Amino acid sequence: MEITIKIFRYDPEQDTRGHYETYVVEGDENDRVLDVLELVKGKTDGSLAFRRSCAHGICGSDAMRINGRNHLACKTLVRDVGANITVEPVLGLKVKKDLIVDMDPFFDNYKKMLPYLINDSPLPADGRERLQSPEDRARFDETTKCILCAACTTSCPSYWASGEYYGPAAIVTAHRFIFDSRDEGASQRLHILSETDGTARCHTAYNCTEACPRDIKITKAIGEVKMAIVTGKLD
Amino acid sequence: MAKVHQFDVVVVGGGGAGLMAGLYASRTAKTAVISKMYPTRSHTGAAQGGISAALGNYEEDKPEWHTYDTVKGSDYLGDQDAIEFMCNEAIDAVLELEHMGLPFDRTPEGRISQRPFGGHTNNETGKPVRRAAHAADRTGHMILQTLYQQCLKNKVNFFDEYQVLDFIMVNGKAAGVVAVELSTGELHTIHAKAVIFATGGYGRVFEVTSNAYAYTGDGPAILFRHGIPLEDMEFFQFHPTGIYKLGILITEGARGEGAVLINDKGERFMPKYAPTVKDLASRDVVSRAIYTEIKEGRGIGGKNYVYLDIRPETVNKFAALDGRTNPDGSPLLITGDTVLTKIPDIVDFCRVYLGVDPVTQVMPTQPTAHYAMGGIPTNKYGEVVIDDKGTAFPGLFAAGECACVSVHGANRLGTNSLLDIVVFGKHAGLKAAEYALQAEFEKLPEDAESASRSDFDALRKGSGKENVFDLSNEMKKVMFADIGIYRNEKDMQTALEKVRELKVRFKDVAVSDTGKIFNTELLNAWEFGNLLDIAEVVAVSALNRKESRGGHSREDFPDRDDKNWLKHTLVWNRNGKLEIDYKPVVITKYQPKARVY
Repeated sequence: MEITIKIFRYDPEQDTRGHYETYVVEGDENDRVLDVLELVKGKTDGSLAFRRSCAHGICGSDAMRINGRNHLACKTLVRDVGANITVEPVLGLKVKKDLIVDMDPFFDNYKKMLPYLINDSPLPADGRERLQSPEDRARFDETTKCILCAACTTSCPSYWASGEYYGPAAIVTAHRFIFDSRDEGASQRLHILSETDGTARCHTAYNCTEACPRDIKITKAIGEVKMAIVTGKLD
Repeated sequence: MAKVHQFDVVVVGGGGAGLMAGLYASRTAKTAVISKMYPTRSHTGAAQGGISAALGNYEEDKPEWHTYDTVKGSDYLGDQDAIEFMCNEAIDAVLELEHMGLPFDRTPEGRISQRPFGGHTNNETGKPVRRAAHAADRTGHMILQTLYQQCLKNKVNFFDEYQVLDFIMVNGKAAGVVAVELSTGELHTIHAKAVIFATGGYGRVFEVTSNAYAYTGDGPAILFRHGIPLEDMEFFQFHPTGIYKLGILITEGARGEGAVLINDKGERFMPKYAPTVKDLASRDVVSRAIYTEIKEGRGIGGKNYVYLDIRPETVNKFAALDGRTNPDGSPLLITGDTVLTKIPDIVDFCRVYLGVDPVTQVMPTQPTAHYAMGGIPTNKYGEVVIDDKGTAFPGLFAAGECACVSVHGANRLGTNSLLDIVVFGKHAGLKAAEYALQAEFEKLPEDAESASRSDFDALRKGSGKENVFDLSNEMKKVMFADIGIYRNEKDMQTALEKVRELKVRFKDVAVSDTGKIFNTELLNAWEFGNLLDIAEVVAVSALNRKESRGGHSREDFPDRDDKNWLKHTLVWNRNGKLEIDYKPVVITKYQPKARVY
């Protein structure tokens, strides 16, 4: 089948502003949008720049706007979006070239969440694992799925309005640790998130949840963090 | 002039092995990790089913059984001292991951949960044992995240999105690497006393693969061009269950949870090939079984795939026939919810890419190129050894899939790759730091970046008659068709000639993008050059080994030949000419015997 793909192009070494180029390629309805981009790059215009690696929705490299909504290009099939496709970089992060945006501010927010287990208590005397019940493990299962693709954060109107907002992905990371029964750093993280650029900037637009390629109920997770800030309790 | 940075240790690669190496080296030595992607994008994250250790959390298990299973899985080509070392370290390695915060699934008692996996057995009964510690079907993702988090906590220096281009050696010692910063196109020299390569695999030489685009064999290719040998490159693992056509992995954990393989006649065929462990035989065995079913006309609709079936009614029927039980002794009975909980990502992949719901429908699968057993020769401390006498190259280390210790021999057992990266990443990091702390910096050559610059210039200045995308497809097709699951002299010769033809045609490639910022066209072309070099070594090694062993199955030499071939292959690049030699396999406790599952 014939696929028409309109792609946002911006080369900082040549262009003063972005523009769109349209390409027509022969493909299949089961092709991933990533396959279509590869075809354009491979056969028509080698200079087209985008990130990709695993090509099946696990590495988180290829979040972009496809027909106006955030998706992973490798997890979106032509049959899902039709044969007329528009592809643009995600919003809210500076475009470096074509579909590649500056991810450093995104990872900087991640790093502010103290994204590692905090537990200074002695390990079990027998050297074995810390015990955790299946129920306690299930409490934060959802947020362990995050692949840091930034689809959520760059779909959030509050993040567009203020790049100072930590954004949904950072809060998802915080949630993963705050609700882990083995972790002792909840109060530090809740304190960070109670400040101006924390959860108060979430206005439950729900875009993040809809954008998440891992089906994480992000708005709910942010809600749980907000509740913990208010009540000081984790259940 | 390029920018120069100085570190005691530089780690190339930000996957599990590289992060573990970085974490351990940085405890005592000034260390940097350079990675061509943000580390969390690394392919470790795609590993699904589990990491093995004889924790015995559900049933009796011991490191000796794990060792024997790994030796047997390797078809006796693995070095038994290294295997024993890895399996003994496995328990502490997995516990350390838990202590670092890895969210393993849990047993009812709150311990780390474990599941059966192919080739892992109770050595007394021969029955599958629950040895694979898991976090749903995203164990690799959780390992990658946890190790990256620990690196952040311990303030490891990262150079994200820096592509390594060259290895600097001075006076026969490691002196650093050259890398290009993708966002600016600038060359950087990382001057170091010790260099650890942890660049992962090279599955992208094959058409149908579970491997990421990033898996282009950068580390092995760079070192090979510098005269370092590559070991056992003929051994590549084809995982039995990739999603039909796409090659995306469906974890062996699915069969661990009870799924079975079904042919066109609706038969469960694995008992014919592996009467004791059936669908949980070693990967090479299952892939050959699928291929045989297809060749004999029992692929689905006559095509080259079979079904993987995890529908509860199927699983429960065969579990009852096999007498499979839960850890508490009750019969194994699963529900749709079990499937959703145990393998959520697989369910998602099937729904997205196949439009199939595994709870109610069967999954079309075919073998997919998955894992390189061979690579840069190392000992169990990650030191790169450059001959058959165990001579270490001063300051040079490797770990993970790019290395060959060899713990996987001719066929890797499922879950042992994650174990490999954690155990040998750690030891490479420790050993590199120890080395660096007693070594001096070698003086850098006048223009360390000149070779990298000429590589790039050559790619820019070709005639333009050829196109990388097309050349790449030609290579992948011929490698998958002719150096795949079954091999023979004639087909492999065809593949080798094709690869050599492609190497010549590659000189006529011209990169059109003249920019510096994120010039991915230039980088992809450079990576393709690595794949071509690797493909040639794979073809030459495979043609040379005239026997069948593990992942290397020859139609013209169908039997294992311990008399002539119980030895590792080493291939050198001597001024562009490939030369082959061998080194002995280390055998300690387990003499080779027939391999039956």
